[in-house]
Amino acid sequence: MTAPDASTSHATTADTGPPGGVRRRSFLGYVIGGTTLVAAADLTMARPARAAVPSLPQVPELYDLEDLQTDAALPTSQLITIEINDDGTASFALPRMEVGQGITTSTAMIIAEELDLPVEKVRVTLAPARPELVFNQLTGGSNSTVSTYTPIRVASAIARGALLDAAARQLGYAVERLRTKDGVVIGPAGETLGYGELARLAASPVTEVVDVLLKDPEEFTRIGKPRNRDDARLAVTGQKDFTLDLEVKGALPTMLCRAPTLNGTPKRLRNKKKILSMSGVKQVAVVDTGVAVRAKTFGQCIDAIRAMDVEWNGGPVDGESDQTILARLKKAELPLAVPEVPLLAKTVEERFEFMFRSSAALEPNCAIADVREDSAEIWSGLKVPILAQQNIAQALGMSQDQVKVNVVTGGGSFGHKLFSDAAIEAAKVSQAMGKPVKLMWHRADEPRQGRLHPMVTSRIRATVLAGQVLSFEQRNTSVVTDFSHGLGEIITSTIDEAPTEVGRMVGGLGFSQTIFTLTQELGYNFGVVTQLLNETDDRFNTGSMRNIYSPDTRVAAELVVDRLADEVGLDPLEFRLRHAKSDKVRKALEKVAEEGDWGRRMPQGMAQGIAIHQEYKGATACLVEIDVRPETVNRKIRNAVTGPRVTRATFAVDAGLVINPRGLQAQMMGGFADGLALTLTSSVHLRDGHFLEASWDNYYYTRQWNIPPRFDCFVLPSEDRLPGGAGEAGVAASAASVACAYARATGTMPTRFPINHGKVTFTPKSFVPSVPKSPTNGLKFTY
Amino acid sequence: MPKQTFILNGKPVTVNVKDDVRVLWVLRDLLGVTGPKYGCGINVCKACTSHINGKAFNPCSVRVGDLGRRDEVTTIEGLPDTVGEDLHPMQEAWIDRDVPQCGYCQPGQIMAAVALVKKVRREGREISESDLDTIRNICRCGTYTRIREAVVQGARGMA
Repeated sequence: MTAPDASTSHATTADTGPPGGVRRRSFLGYVIGGTTLVAAADLTMARPARAAVPSLPQVPELYDLEDLQTDAALPTSQLITIEINDDGTASFALPRMEVGQGITTSTAMIIAEELDLPVEKVRVTLAPARPELVFNQLTGGSNSTVSTYTPIRVASAIARGALLDAAARQLGYAVERLRTKDGVVIGPAGETLGYGELARLAASPVTEVVDVLLKDPEEFTRIGKPRNRDDARLAVTGQKDFTLDLEVKGALPTMLCRAPTLNGTPKRLRNKKKILSMSGVKQVAVVDTGVAVRAKTFGQCIDAIRAMDVEWNGGPVDGESDQTILARLKKAELPLAVPEVPLLAKTVEERFEFMFRSSAALEPNCAIADVREDSAEIWSGLKVPILAQQNIAQALGMSQDQVKVNVVTGGGSFGHKLFSDAAIEAAKVSQAMGKPVKLMWHRADEPRQGRLHPMVTSRIRATVLAGQVLSFEQRNTSVVTDFSHGLGEIITSTIDEAPTEVGRMVGGLGFSQTIFTLTQELGYNFGVVTQLLNETDDRFNTGSMRNIYSPDTRVAAELVVDRLADEVGLDPLEFRLRHAKSDKVRKALEKVAEEGDWGRRMPQGMAQGIAIHQEYKGATACLVEIDVRPETVNRKIRNAVTGPRVTRATFAVDAGLVINPRGLQAQMMGGFADGLALTLTSSVHLRDGHFLEASWDNYYYTRQWNIPPRFDCFVLPSEDRLPGGAGEAGVAASAASVACAYARATGTMPTRFPINHGKVTFTPKSFVPSVPKSPTNGLKFTY
Repeated sequence: MPKQTFILNGKPVTVNVKDDVRVLWVLRDLLGVTGPKYGCGINVCKACTSHINGKAFNPCSVRVGDLGRRDEVTTIEGLPDTVGEDLHPMQEAWIDRDVPQCGYCQPGQIMAAVALVKKVRREGREISESDLDTIRNICRCGTYTRIREAVVQGARGMA
């Protein structure tokens, strides 16, 4: 092995020269001392080279959120390890959270590729909170694969090298004469040794630094091949365990009675005796977020909550409504600049409003907590487990090392699980009761007291002269987005590492503004382009709902792009192709236009819409067809919100190097369903200090009767050699294409989203009691 | 405490619990059968969809006291046994089409799909786009397109 270059302090050591024009870097990693083979790499080594861009780039083109998160780890991060087991399998504890986005599957593929092992022999689990990783255990910003790809490959390659070395010693050949195939080392005379047999022989008594070359991507046989999820069988047989399915001794069902107004707090429970005498009820306790009850079943918790007589303190937004918050946003809107353009230039100016939306997953907020006198153990779906551990320790008056935090695969996140609301609450309740608890939020609590996408207004002023767009200004004003989950700290600690010109551009901005500036790229050559965010009002429970700022920003922008196209007399596709800044975007547009039959004739009341998005180092385009004819809009399905129907959607994505195309397509499909809901149906209404929606029959997330019967997703070949982000990349272009199609089909550009927010079409469920009664008529609806 | 007896996944079970506890909690909290999930508790999200005497129902909205001793409750755990295989053809289709993302709703989706296919066959039809539009089960990951494909494929495998 070559000795590491002493002059370099970091992972990268030397270029091996360009054989055939391709430069391959070697990397440093470790074989960890022990009795079986454990290979390791520093999670901080991923630092992609940045290309120079010729003129007036927006910030994300130089340095985006992906770079920021990837760089965040540099000074602090520690090792990730891959262990080879006696049975020939490899184990890896991923310091990220699986919430449905498929990273355990894609990570197993990466390891299998570099280790030369069948993918099914790689066991990927989720690492518990590892405080030493500091900022490097946050699942968000579509950054998981971007930041872990290279370190995981390095550790895998080192493991393979150590196995080859051990086999060489064992068989008495030089290493160069051996090869590997699917978990077996093969000698020149056909001798074979399985990785399992070599695991102990390859172990090193002491930790050694090793350098290694990674496989040439041209030789990949597993990365880039469509693969089904590793947990699909468990999921479809009901064996996949979520937090609420875990059995922890003594952890009985526990729920909370919550205040009738947002963030109200309990004064006291007036009828404690009565509640304690109810069937199945074991304990009650008043905590800061409500009155908790622990019982034999969740059903008995629900009954107890409905019987509680609680005296409440008011909440911080008592008396407020959509209208008062919108008025407050309007007041906080910064004036648009008057662009310095020729007198004859035509100005296009629009203002859009985006309502509050719930980021709740189908799995409700939940956690198991077992808090003892001097220690605590927590189980929950947590995307930032280290911060959860800190917050829980603080809430319990313990030190961080007294709290063990287990990360459980989540039933969806969509930004919701960046926060550890349920885990902190469960810990407090367990401590107050002196018992282990399995805590679950009632569905009604999710839209009413849970995390929301903030309400936003977006104003755009663009100027056009002689067919040219001279300027494009976009100003968003938003209710404050809560970034207390740690992304904010990442920024403050990292922004100094960004290229200096970026530091100048975002210097002095707050967390939210910085994230906005690091993520928003208009993607069009429109002369002077600026996109800015201003925030007001921090009284709401908000969070980075999937693709946070981009869907709203993009919907507003693309609607105006259609207006500009009209202004200069160009077809919307042609106009976009002419002004697209990047080839990636142009190729995505061309793909959806071709596959989705852009421009085909449609009957009155139907139209196509097309939109792009550029983020996470990739590009997307979406083309939809919408039907707004009365017979479609008014179609009847029992208790369903039907409305305009998107009948066909065609999506194209360039996500850089793709690990698992099938998983990527799944993410785009899900992102499309989200975008559809954001534009047409899903929002919460604030009235008199509380949100009216209380369940899925009020909160209209996309359902089968809304989904297009035809959805096609095309993964574009990419010139990038590193993966881009995927988990959130599908939302923005989808939401915008639906909005554009709706505007073209109706002849009226909508300015408030979702378009059906105007009327409340349901009877709000009671606020006291805070949860609805469980029905008893289920046998009437069998089929 | 009353004794509640019914047939669960082919075997008689008896639980000591009051009549008005909903079947979902009897299954999950008392019997440890966790395939049916909680998503709303008011029969709108359909994550707990299971079968009663071969038809889809939502145990969150049925009192255990309303079950008779001969009523057969089938959860996702018992679905393969109804066809005497390791996996029901609908589960096979779900795996083949790589439907699940987080997976939380999928047991309910599959139970709903099997019942829907049987229902339209009782009506002398095969599954159509408008039948697929009536599936009420929420998937917050938005796997709806693959669910539609899998239902059609799974139906082909159902005798």
